[in-house]
Amino acid sequence: MLRRIRISLLIFLLLLAGCGRSNQDDEEVDAEGAPFRVAIVMPSSTTDIAWSQSMFDSLTAVQAEMGGEDALKIAYSEGMFRVTDASAAIRDYAAEGYDLVIAHGAQYGNSVFEVATDFTDTSFAWGTSSDTGADRGINNVFAYGAVANEGGYVNGVVAAMLSENDVIGVIGPVAGDAKLYIDGFVRGVTVVKPDAQVNISYTGSFSDTTLAAEAAHVHIQAGADVLTGSAQQVVGAIGVANENGVAWLGTQSDQISLGPDVVVTNQIYNWANVIADMIAKIEAGELGGTAYRLTFENDGLRLEFNESIEIDDAVKEAARAAIEDIKSGAVDPVLIEEDDE
Amino acid sequence: MNTRLFLAKLIDVLLPVLAMVIALLVGVLLLLLLGTDPFEAYSALIQGALGNVSGITQTLTKATPLLLVGLGICIAFRGGVINIGGEGQIVVGALAATAFGVGFGNLPALILLPLTLISGATAGLIWGGIPGLLKARLGVNEILTTVMMNQIALRLMNFLLRGPMLDPEHVAAGTSIPQSAALPESIWLTRLVPRTLFHSGAILAVLLALAVYFLLWRTTIGYRIRAVGLNPHASRYAGIPVPKYVTLSLALSGMLCGLAGAVEVLGVHHRMLEGLSGGYGFSGIVAALFGKLHPLGAIPASALFGALLVGADKMQRAVQVPSALAIALQGLVVLFVVSSDLYVRRRTRRRVGEDGSDGPPAAEGERREESEEERDPAQLARGEGGTIQAG
Amino acid sequence: MIDELFTISTLIGILHSCVRLATPYLFASLGETFGQRSGVLNLGVDGIMLMGAFFGFYVVFEGHNLWVGVLAAIAIGVMMGLLKAFVSVTMQSLQGISGIGLYLFGLGLSSLLFKTLIGSVEGVSGFRQLPIPLLADIPGIGHILFNHNALVYLAYLMVPASWFVINRTTLGLKIRAVGHNPEAADTLGVSVNGVRYTTLMIGGALAAVAGASLSIGLQNVFQENMTNGLGFIAVALVYFGSWRTVGVLGGALLFSLVNALQLWVQALDIPVPSEVAVMMPYIMTIVVLAFTARQIQRPAALARSYERGE
Repeated sequence: MLRRIRISLLIFLLLLAGCGRSNQDDEEVDAEGAPFRVAIVMPSSTTDIAWSQSMFDSLTAVQAEMGGEDALKIAYSEGMFRVTDASAAIRDYAAEGYDLVIAHGAQYGNSVFEVATDFTDTSFAWGTSSDTGADRGINNVFAYGAVANEGGYVNGVVAAMLSENDVIGVIGPVAGDAKLYIDGFVRGVTVVKPDAQVNISYTGSFSDTTLAAEAAHVHIQAGADVLTGSAQQVVGAIGVANENGVAWLGTQSDQISLGPDVVVTNQIYNWANVIADMIAKIEAGELGGTAYRLTFENDGLRLEFNESIEIDDAVKEAARAAIEDIKSGAVDPVLIEEDDE
Repeated sequence: MNTRLFLAKLIDVLLPVLAMVIALLVGVLLLLLLGTDPFEAYSALIQGALGNVSGITQTLTKATPLLLVGLGICIAFRGGVINIGGEGQIVVGALAATAFGVGFGNLPALILLPLTLISGATAGLIWGGIPGLLKARLGVNEILTTVMMNQIALRLMNFLLRGPMLDPEHVAAGTSIPQSAALPESIWLTRLVPRTLFHSGAILAVLLALAVYFLLWRTTIGYRIRAVGLNPHASRYAGIPVPKYVTLSLALSGMLCGLAGAVEVLGVHHRMLEGLSGGYGFSGIVAALFGKLHPLGAIPASALFGALLVGADKMQRAVQVPSALAIALQGLVVLFVVSSDLYVRRRTRRRVGEDGSDGPPAAEGERREESEEERDPAQLARGEGGTIQAG
Repeated sequence: MIDELFTISTLIGILHSCVRLATPYLFASLGETFGQRSGVLNLGVDGIMLMGAFFGFYVVFEGHNLWVGVLAAIAIGVMMGLLKAFVSVTMQSLQGISGIGLYLFGLGLSSLLFKTLIGSVEGVSGFRQLPIPLLADIPGIGHILFNHNALVYLAYLMVPASWFVINRTTLGLKIRAVGHNPEAADTLGVSVNGVRYTTLMIGGALAAVAGASLSIGLQNVFQENMTNGLGFIAVALVYFGSWRTVGVLGGALLFSLVNALQLWVQALDIPVPSEVAVMMPYIMTIVVLAFTARQIQRPAALARSYERGE
């Protein structure tokens, strides 16, 4: 029986090898006038309305800016939650001669450095991180991350201004994750209303929309009248906020479509400048070494108000002031100490 | 063996492959829905998995954990229990191996490496043994416990990787990427092909397949595991302590899954991180099925299924389709292959009548299903009948 | 802090959450109970739920009535049940593994359709809270039990309905006979395969409604893999309930109660580490079952294909 299976495998392989030989035309690499080729590997989906989508949307925005497919060619691998798969994807893209390979997940770090040492002519980018490997002699890796506590702080200020009960609910994924955002948020709330109560609950998962939705119910019943939360799980919670007419403050991607009447602000990760700068550097021959940080200062973070609902001018003003304070360094948006990245 | 018989057996061999081809043909509909050229997509799939060194090594790297998990699944199925907890067992195995390897990093490699593997295996053994014990002693269904314990393991990992096991370097740097410190380089499994992830864990997995075969078919323990799986009722009358062997088969199953986690850490990632497994617990079940729940059959089967997984990823990249397509195709392949079994079994039954040869594993698989009977005949008597009366 | 947990309003809140959280588990577990009572294990519940969640959502997203969305979910659920029945009953495949195939197929196809037909995460206006007149005004109980959306009520109505079908109808008698002893049932002229096809279609329909209860009832959004493995828990709860509808209800309520409790404990800032809190529902389910499991009466022919002897 063993023989049977072995034979079957052999025959299968032969069959496959026979019909697989048709598609071997290699793409031309980097001829003059050829489009810049960027590949991105991401853990969840291009439509997760959170971390992965924020980068994918920024990439397509840059593509439109540069003049479409002829100027910038984008390839993507989504759903690469298994690091082995991501590692294979990163290596394959490098081998296929992409100019820039973006590994859009902190867990991909090992893989990036391993492949980067094998493909020194290819540029890589890795986030969330501040480690470009320069201290280990690697000079073709960019690092990027978002200073999410800045937007968290501003959202916190907005939350405190909006809340009438002085109870605010936060729905986090896994304790310890999204820490920057939540710490900044709490800081923002306490600056405006030192006595306000911020209830934080974690679902223990990044994608448990059902539990996140119930967490929103619980916060509302516990008196919260403003909610926020992070990771792709929040879609369910926004639905609940929408149904109950409770304000929601978004982060990472534009979430207004989910709660047109209740999403007040969004902290949006705008990676476009980072991408454009990386492309410019690569074309000038600089393949890595820079660690980017999205901040309000460099327009990487944006706070967008929902234009279709009425928001008190005082709230908008306070948000703008908070952003200015952060930009000027007058305010430190972290609860305890500056995160030393 | 006459020619007719040979032909019949050849058809049996080809059936799973044929089923896979039919499944992929049905998948053409999905590709057309997406406006993708099916020919281009499938040649990318095949070429990507098997067309060059990079593809083949990726396939084998993927097959390694699938084989280890598949072996564990074989033992469980042969013992008449269903282990859906591979995912959790992989995770705790990887966690324990990392904790040990990092914690005792100054031991000489010759001692540290085996101990690290043993830690992973032990953790898996415990994680699989608990459902085994609960089933054997308290009658708690193993599907329930293994499903729940997967979730517990994942949450345990989330906690450990952000707390006690977080890489001290990251704590110092404030980057807090949820991953552990790296294991000492001296115990990393050798990479068999440079510039790829293909590592010597694959050899270990194949050796273990032989060992599991030996265990199940050449030892008393294995005989008893299979006997309990085939007919617990008769086994009890034959004097086999059924609860003990139920526990043992789930524990051994968990041990191999735990080992799969340890091997992934030592061979691929060199540290514990999120996304280490992500579904190998389920894929391993499928690989075991493709191998007819036979430890040696699992070797080519895991390679075949590994090739499908790797090829599907390559297809995503080559023709740029959503990752969901690959998942849907896998589902189709599983459904078709599992269905094709019917024809093998039917012919087998006829053949057994003809030449009196021993039934091949397909028939054993079927008998195994029948073994899913009531463990306690007294309960059976009370069972459904009682419900009917009680209404 | 901790004393807040024991105030009347918090306890009401916990029970209210519990009742709502149990909704998808109830639909899916009751559906699975039908299949298992007739002897078919379906591990593909999560895949069917996702298909139901998508189709229910898509129909509503396209501007149709909410109940049309539920009907669409039922239709796709029946089709998925037929697929499972064809593979498990007609083709007599290994039931555990074909369920995993069905799960992967549903997971992949629902995401693929979502990407093709909708393309981005959008919200819809789903079932709204529907307080039942008079009953909802009863202090405490009224809010806990009678202040939910229509699908929540429907889920609880399915408990006596399922009980009735299984225990008081001819179909139910056939289901139990087929699950208990297919050979004998066949001798008595019951179509074993026919009954199993029926139960799998019922199970598929209920699983799909479970999915729709998320996408157009509790969350009003569709996202890829939004069930996040909920269907596997639902299968586990059938074992918890020992294949009895009341037992399934108990399992769903217990699991949801612990989940509701841990959410409240976190929200009230009670010093229990959230890492421990999020594990509690899973641990408690195992522990409780370990203390009560002795009376399990499984359908004797569970996971066994049936083929007529010639």
